[in-house]
Amino acid sequence: MQPFEAALALRGLTKRFDRPAVDALDLTIHVGEFYALLGPNGAGKTTTLRMVVGLLRPDAGSVCVLGIDALKDPVAAKQVMAWVSDEPMIYDKLTPLEYLEFVAGLWGIDSRRAEATAPELLVSLGLEPHMNERCEGFSKGMRQKVALAGALVHEPRLIILDEPLTGLDALSARHVKGLLQERVRAGCTVIMTTHILEVAERMADRIGVIAAGRLIAEGTLAELRRQNGSNDTSLEEMFIALVDAEAAAA
Amino acid sequence: MSVATDLGWFARHEIRLAWREFIAMMAGRRGRKRAAIVGLIAFAAILHLPAYAVIGRFADLQMPLDKPSLIVMTATIALSWALMLSQAIESVTRVFYARADLDLIMSSPVRLANVFSIRIAAIALMVTGMALLFATPFVDVLVIGGGVRWLAAFGVVIAIGLSAAALAIAATLILFRLIGPGRTRLVAQILAAVVGAGFVIALQVAAILSYGTLSRFAVLTSDAAAAYAPDLDSLLWWPARAALGDSEALLLLLSGSLTLLGVVMAVFSPRFADTAVNVAASSNSARQGLRTRAFRNGSRQLALRRKEFVLLKRDPWLLSQSLMQLLYLVPPALLLWRSFSDSSAATVLITPVIVMAAGQLAGGLAWLTISGEDAADLIATAPMSPSSVTRAKIEVVLIAVAVIFAPLVAALAFASPLQAAVTAAGVMIATVSATAIQLWFRVQARRSHFRRRQTSSRLATFAEAFSSIGWAATAALALAIPVAALVSGAITAAIMAATWKISPKRE
Repeated sequence: MQPFEAALALRGLTKRFDRPAVDALDLTIHVGEFYALLGPNGAGKTTTLRMVVGLLRPDAGSVCVLGIDALKDPVAAKQVMAWVSDEPMIYDKLTPLEYLEFVAGLWGIDSRRAEATAPELLVSLGLEPHMNERCEGFSKGMRQKVALAGALVHEPRLIILDEPLTGLDALSARHVKGLLQERVRAGCTVIMTTHILEVAERMADRIGVIAAGRLIAEGTLAELRRQNGSNDTSLEEMFIALVDAEAAAA
Repeated sequence: MSVATDLGWFARHEIRLAWREFIAMMAGRRGRKRAAIVGLIAFAAILHLPAYAVIGRFADLQMPLDKPSLIVMTATIALSWALMLSQAIESVTRVFYARADLDLIMSSPVRLANVFSIRIAAIALMVTGMALLFATPFVDVLVIGGGVRWLAAFGVVIAIGLSAAALAIAATLILFRLIGPGRTRLVAQILAAVVGAGFVIALQVAAILSYGTLSRFAVLTSDAAAAYAPDLDSLLWWPARAALGDSEALLLLLSGSLTLLGVVMAVFSPRFADTAVNVAASSNSARQGLRTRAFRNGSRQLALRRKEFVLLKRDPWLLSQSLMQLLYLVPPALLLWRSFSDSSAATVLITPVIVMAAGQLAGGLAWLTISGEDAADLIATAPMSPSSVTRAKIEVVLIAVAVIFAPLVAALAFASPLQAAVTAAGVMIATVSATAIQLWFRVQARRSHFRRRQTSSRLATFAEAFSSIGWAATAALALAIPVAALVSGAITAAIMAATWKISPKRE
């Protein structure tokens, strides 16, 4: 039994650059949920997630991660979170195993436990033949998989991924999706942004649509369809209708 | 498209790339081209002052020269040539490993031998152009003081620039053939460092072993050097004669260099493509890391420090840069070893050299660890406070500098405990100052941008240089004229305070 209902609770989260990027956003994501955050380019998805993981400081609002106030105690919040961006940032001169050892060390994971988990993760992502090769010659997809393995090696309870399937081939994408679903089944919460709506449609428990820094629709696929008044509408059609309506209203 | 059009187009492309690379090196960002050019002109103008101080008194030299003068001039030209060769080896390596356009060129329907001939010529042009830029103030001083005959020195610069580029291309491509692309990058970087520093160091070593001094002129102007030197009509003196206005020697020198470059282009252009393919293949092929070993336990800071040390160890660009700095420590170390038995005043010279080297090395290491973080998001999302991350990174710099300089200071302690204490203090202060400057001016950058780190902030670069020089001078004065050391130390501390004051403010 989890002591918290919300894996992530955002209240009035606001960030302005030259215009509001995130506009008083309220969002609650439950423990054990696979949540897809959708939105057109520049909608504020990445800015929101970067504030959650502590890469950006909000202008206003609160971020609560598994009961921890992430703005007051960022170190404790980071301990239970993992972040994977669309641009995998890894070290060219380290091997995947060395990278995972480093990440495990940063999160203070027991070395024996990490040593057992790391090869399993790399094998499950199809990186077994490359475990001891330096990452400098890796393709973008391979680098993305190494970054993802790094995010999982410290066994986070909240995994936040920004376009994690960018640059992955079909088989690698399947590996990644399988791994994420496995984590959700184990009680972990996954929040993912994606432009591949089919992925959101098939994998997400709930979907949030964000535009101009505000949440304009949220729910399960069935709930979104009900809101749209049609039971056989695809997510793509609903998404376009929602974004168009928001743009027209603005 | 005709062959001539092909070549013309590619030549323009190469010159544009070289120019933009140069401007990027000088200016760092877009939109600062004019500032870079103005800065460069100002720098060249200011360089006339040290140029006058160094060679102004030689403007009246005329042929025929005596042997010691010929030796000094020839050695100076040889030193310039060695530096150009070092620069050229670095440029060739960069063309192979760092340019992103090789795939595009090689997949285009042009004759690769022609295209790569142009690229070889562009490297030669770049190296010669840089040499001309830095030689101009010196030649100007000679022309103003000794007449237009000294304009021939520009011809000598062009000749040695072309020959250095040709030799560098040949040497690098031969290395590819002999040891393969994987090792060539590292070996070429080391070779560039050794060639660049080797000539000066060899002269200093000879001076120390023969005369117990660091002065290179002691060797060059010695009777022994004159006795070993060839006769006045030897080919060896042609560059010196050419610089003095001997048109026959100059023409022969220029034609020899052009012929050498032509031969290199003819022989190596067709192989350039194969070499590029091999490099591309090697960068995609498996590069084995360390053997698989057990994961290690430890604190988060320790994990960060370990990572930094592994990355520093595996960085070929850093290796060559640091190797050059460390090579310059060889002569003072040798002088120290020679002076164990006496209390030679010459050993005082060791202190500023060590302090200066420590400051420079610390600046480079601090940039790599603090600014050159390839996985900035990972570190920022790790459960560590920003201050503990910074502390761990600073510790890496301090440990690395301590490991390198502690043996030298310890050896110095046997010769003179006081000097060792002053040197140790100087090393610590210079290291902390250089690290602090990098911390104040930190930016997020890729490690591979290390070569261009000075473009992140000109101010930081100058502050780092002035701080190293200032602390080195202070340490030397502390041993020689302690009161003057107070003044020098106060000035350097003021520079540090001013640098901190104008550094970007952070949350």
